[in-house]
Amino acid sequence: MAENRDFFYRRLHSLLGVIPIGVFLIQHLLVNHFAVYGRESFEQAAGFIHDLPFRIVLEFVVIYIPILFHAILGVYIVFTVKYNNRRYSFFRNIMFTLQRVSGIITLIFIAWHVWETRIAIGLGNAELNYSLMENILTQPFMFWFYIIGVVSTTFHFANGLWSFLVTWGFTITPRSQRVATYATLVVFLIVTYIGVRAIFAFAYGA
Amino acid sequence: MADKTITLIITRQDSPDSSPYEETFKVPYRENMNVISALMEIRRNPVNANGENTTPVFWEMNCLEEVCGACSMVINGQAKQSCATLIDQLEQPIRLEPMSTFPVVRDLAVDRSRMFDSLKKVKAWIPIDGTYDLGPGPRMPEKKRQWAYELSKCMTCGVCLEACPNVNSNSDFIGPAALSQVRLFNAHPTGQMNKGERLEALMEDGGIHGCGNSQNCVQVCPKGIPLTTSIAAMNRDTNIQAFKNFFGSDHVY
Repeated sequence: MAENRDFFYRRLHSLLGVIPIGVFLIQHLLVNHFAVYGRESFEQAAGFIHDLPFRIVLEFVVIYIPILFHAILGVYIVFTVKYNNRRYSFFRNIMFTLQRVSGIITLIFIAWHVWETRIAIGLGNAELNYSLMENILTQPFMFWFYIIGVVSTTFHFANGLWSFLVTWGFTITPRSQRVATYATLVVFLIVTYIGVRAIFAFAYGA
Repeated sequence: MADKTITLIITRQDSPDSSPYEETFKVPYRENMNVISALMEIRRNPVNANGENTTPVFWEMNCLEEVCGACSMVINGQAKQSCATLIDQLEQPIRLEPMSTFPVVRDLAVDRSRMFDSLKKVKAWIPIDGTYDLGPGPRMPEKKRQWAYELSKCMTCGVCLEACPNVNSNSDFIGPAALSQVRLFNAHPTGQMNKGERLEALMEDGGIHGCGNSQNCVQVCPKGIPLTTSIAAMNRDTNIQAFKNFFGSDHVY
């Protein structure tokens, strides 16, 4: 293995979190949001995505490989930290720790979510339709598991967007970083609303 | 006032390899004491709170005016300079510990040589030697000099490394101080002639990508150096350098 590859891997990790994973996340939650308009509406939208040409290639290139890379390097990053929030309870240090905690929660959530939906469908144990999600989300435990999972994912995305802007050298001054904090907070609220609203639609009907 | 005392609980360690232990001291209070004057009092009369004779507590100090960085230690949980920390502003009992990021030499003295190694690694100097007289360098605008002066205040005290969650024994991250020094020397009109070399050093393993943006460093820096601004600026510069290396020019300077 070549030496001094860490810089490249860490930059790739930061990039993949936004493109394509972040873009996919928004797309995924938007499609789910069709559940709010009713059963047919959701199945039509999900059907469109499902019937995209070269779907399996798209899934691997846009979703599986980037998330797997991001997750494996991410877990390594999480466990090389000496957390010190008790001594240094500054806002950014709290966000730093929350980013790592939410990353782990998101990984557990995604693993379960993919197992229960995509893999189950792939193995022929489930069908891609409204009822699949309805059956999952009407169970109280799974409802809360999904709420926590989705909020953790959107937080990880929005706060990751903030550090993406720093890592790539877009926001350098303290002022621009502060404005980015507010901007990513708005992103968090909007994306969370879209995601959570769909969960409510599945659980309690449109 | 004569019988007023201050209590210090000091984490001590006899040698680099021995295990640490705590020892409590009571020191007579004087007005305007700093942590160092309390330590000097212990050195003058090395008797612990139980009245037992003990070895004097060992620590490092130099300038006594917060410009050398030698007397950094963890005071009531926060890494600070013991010369600039006043007893009157501290809650009692006062807990003194060595900075945990660095290997302990003895008691409160730590070995900060990794910081010096980092400065060597990133070439934190300006080469001006030639085989002939190179003449005067380019001039620097006064406003830029004033800005650069703020970055030059770094005294390699180690407080930013102590506060950084990513600088620890599991990671090879170089830490905030050296990253900011690259910005300082790359901004200098003569120093920028070696800009590429310094950026390349930051892109090696343990370099700038170890930063996780917890931004503790800028909060704790005793000299108020805009460390996170420096890190973000170096993020931009190393990215541009990386693109140049891959797509662009066939020379790096």
